[in-house]
Amino acid sequence: MFTQLKKEWFGNVGGDILSGIVVALALIPEALAFAIIAGVDPMVSLYASFSMAVVIAFMGGRPAMISAATGAMALVMVTLVKDHGLQYLFATTILTGILQITFGWLNVARFMKFIPRSVMVGFVNALSILIFMAQLPHFVGSSMAMYVFVAATLAIIYIFPRFVKSIPSPLVAIVVMTIVAVVGGFDLRTVGDLGNITQSLPSFFIPDVPLNFETLSIIFPTALALSMVGLLESLLTASIVDDMTDTTSDKNREARGQGIANIVTGFFGGMAGCAMIGQSVINVKSGGRGRLSTFVAGTFLLFLIIVLGDLVVKIPMAALVGVMIMVSIGTFDWSSFKAFTKIPITDSIVMVVTVVTVLITHDLSKGVFAGILLSAIFFTAKISKVEVSSSRKGDTLYYKAAGQIFFASVTDLLNDFDYQPEGVTNVHIDFSEAHIWDDSGVAAVDKIVLKYRDSGIQTVLTGLNEASSSMMKRMAVHDKEGSKLSGH
Amino acid sequence: MSGRILLASDGSNHALRAAEEAIKLAKVLNKEIVITFVVDFDQSKKDVLHSVGSIEREQKRKKQLQSTEQKMKEAGVPYSVQLLHGIPGPAIVDYANREAVSYVVIGSRGLNSLQEMVLGSVSHKVAKRVNCPVLIVK
Repeated sequence: MFTQLKKEWFGNVGGDILSGIVVALALIPEALAFAIIAGVDPMVSLYASFSMAVVIAFMGGRPAMISAATGAMALVMVTLVKDHGLQYLFATTILTGILQITFGWLNVARFMKFIPRSVMVGFVNALSILIFMAQLPHFVGSSMAMYVFVAATLAIIYIFPRFVKSIPSPLVAIVVMTIVAVVGGFDLRTVGDLGNITQSLPSFFIPDVPLNFETLSIIFPTALALSMVGLLESLLTASIVDDMTDTTSDKNREARGQGIANIVTGFFGGMAGCAMIGQSVINVKSGGRGRLSTFVAGTFLLFLIIVLGDLVVKIPMAALVGVMIMVSIGTFDWSSFKAFTKIPITDSIVMVVTVVTVLITHDLSKGVFAGILLSAIFFTAKISKVEVSSSRKGDTLYYKAAGQIFFASVTDLLNDFDYQPEGVTNVHIDFSEAHIWDDSGVAAVDKIVLKYRDSGIQTVLTGLNEASSSMMKRMAVHDKEGSKLSGH
Repeated sequence: MSGRILLASDGSNHALRAAEEAIKLAKVLNKEIVITFVVDFDQSKKDVLHSVGSIEREQKRKKQLQSTEQKMKEAGVPYSVQLLHGIPGPAIVDYANREAVSYVVIGSRGLNSLQEMVLGSVSHKVAKRVNCPVLIVK
C-alpha cells in the first residue's frame, strides 16, 4: 500500500516535474478560452484548473491524467451562468461533485460498457463542433486584423512543433501574438476587456445562494448534466491514458476523485471541471507518469497566474480563438469519416444522431442519451430476428426455432407457423437453438400450443435450455388444466 | 544461446521484408524471435474511441501482424508477439535493452514517408541507441 503510493507519487520525479510544467503552460490558453465560452471571469476557470489538478493528484484513480476546467463542462453551464450568475455556478459545481461521488460509490465505471463506441465518437465530435461554433461570435463585426491574428496563431501552433517540440506551441503562439499586438498597437479586444485577473490565491467561501428548494430546482438539472458529461469524458480519458501507458486504473476511484475535486473547486470559486483528453496526452507524451505530474501542473499554473497576471490581460482574444480552433481540430475524431465505409450503417446513424442532438440542444448529455437509446433500439431490432424452419414426416410436422424469443421477436415468431396444416396430427417444435427471455416469449409459445390444440393437433416442445424451461414452468399456461386461448 | 531476436514491425511491407531476414538469422543461430509492434501515443486515442474494450483493441492491433506471423509459422521459427506503447524509436530501444535481446532486425522505412521526413527515421534512432547488433533491411 505504502510502496504503491510512493511509486505513484515519486516513481518518476524528473519526468513528472518536467511534464507538469509543460502541461501548466499548455493549460493557460485553454483555461482562459473556456472561461470565455462559459461566460465567466478568467479567474473562475484558472482557479478551477488549479484546484481540479491538485485535488485529483491526491484523489484520482488514474495517475498522470490531467483534470482542469474543460470545454465540455463550460458548454453545459452557459445557460445557468447567463440566467442566474456566478454564485449559482459555484453551488452547481459543488452539487456536481456530490453527484459524482454518489455515482462513484454506485460503481459507475461498470456502466461505461453500455455506452457504444459510436456514441463516444459522436460525443467527441459534437464537443469539437460546439467549441468551434463558440469561436464564431468573436468574428462578428471584427476588423481584418482579427482574421490575420487568428490565422497567424494557427500557423505558429502547427508549424512551430516541426522545429521545437519541448515547448507547447499554443503558448508560443500566444506570447508572440501578444507581443505583436502590444508593440504594433493593434486595436484588438483582449482578455482584460472580458474580466479581471486577480493575482491572489483562491480562498474558501460558501456560495451566496438561498438554501431552499427553488435553488435546488435551478441547479440540479445542470449539475446532473455536468456530472455525467464530466464522468464520461474523465473515464474515456482514463481509458486512453491506460492504453498509452499500458497500465490499468481504478475508474470508480477516479469518479469519486472527480467528485471531491469539484466540491473543493466550488468552494474555492471555480467552475466545474473534468479530465482533459488533449492535456493528458500532452502530459504522457512529455514524460508524465505519476501523480506528481498532475500536482506540478496545478501548482505551477497558479504560480504563473500570480506572477504573470499583468501580462495575461494583454493577450488578444484573437490568439485565444486560434488556440480554441486548434483544440477543436484536435478533439474531432477524423478517423470517423474513414470509418463510415467500414462500420455498420446503424453505427454511423447513432454517431450522427448523437452529434445532431447535441448541436440542437447544446447539451452533451442529451446527445449521449439519444445515442444510447437509439443504439439500444437498433440492437434490439438486430437480435429480434428469429428463424423458423420446418420439415414434415408423415403426419408429424417438425419445426426448429432459432434466435432470441422476447417481446420484440414474438410477432415474427407467431407468423412463422402454419396453424392449419392439412393431415397433420402432431407438431414437434425444437427450441435447442432458441432462448426464451421474458413473459412475452412464454405467452407466444403458449399461444402456438393452444392454437394447435384448437385445431386438434398435439404439440411437443423439445430442446428448451435450462433458463427457458424454468421460465416456461413458472409462467406457461398451456400445460395447466383447462387452459385455452384467451381473447387477446 | 540466450537473447532473442527482436523484429520491429509496423505491419508494412518493409517490415515484412525485415521479417524474412529475421527468420534467416533465427534459423542459422537457432534463436527465438520476438515481434514487437509499437502503438503510438496518438494512435491510442483513436483506438480507444473505436474499440469496445482492451481485449478487442489488442486483437485489432495483433491483426496487423498477421502476415508477419504467417511467415514465422511457415518457416517453423518459434516466436512471440509483444505490443509496446509509446514513441516507436525509444519504445523499441527501451525494450531491446531491457530484455537484452541479441539482435534487432528492423525495416528501413515505415508506413509514412512524410512522418519520416519530419521525425527522422525510426531505424536510424534505434541503430544509434540499441546495445546489440542491428540489422536494417532495405
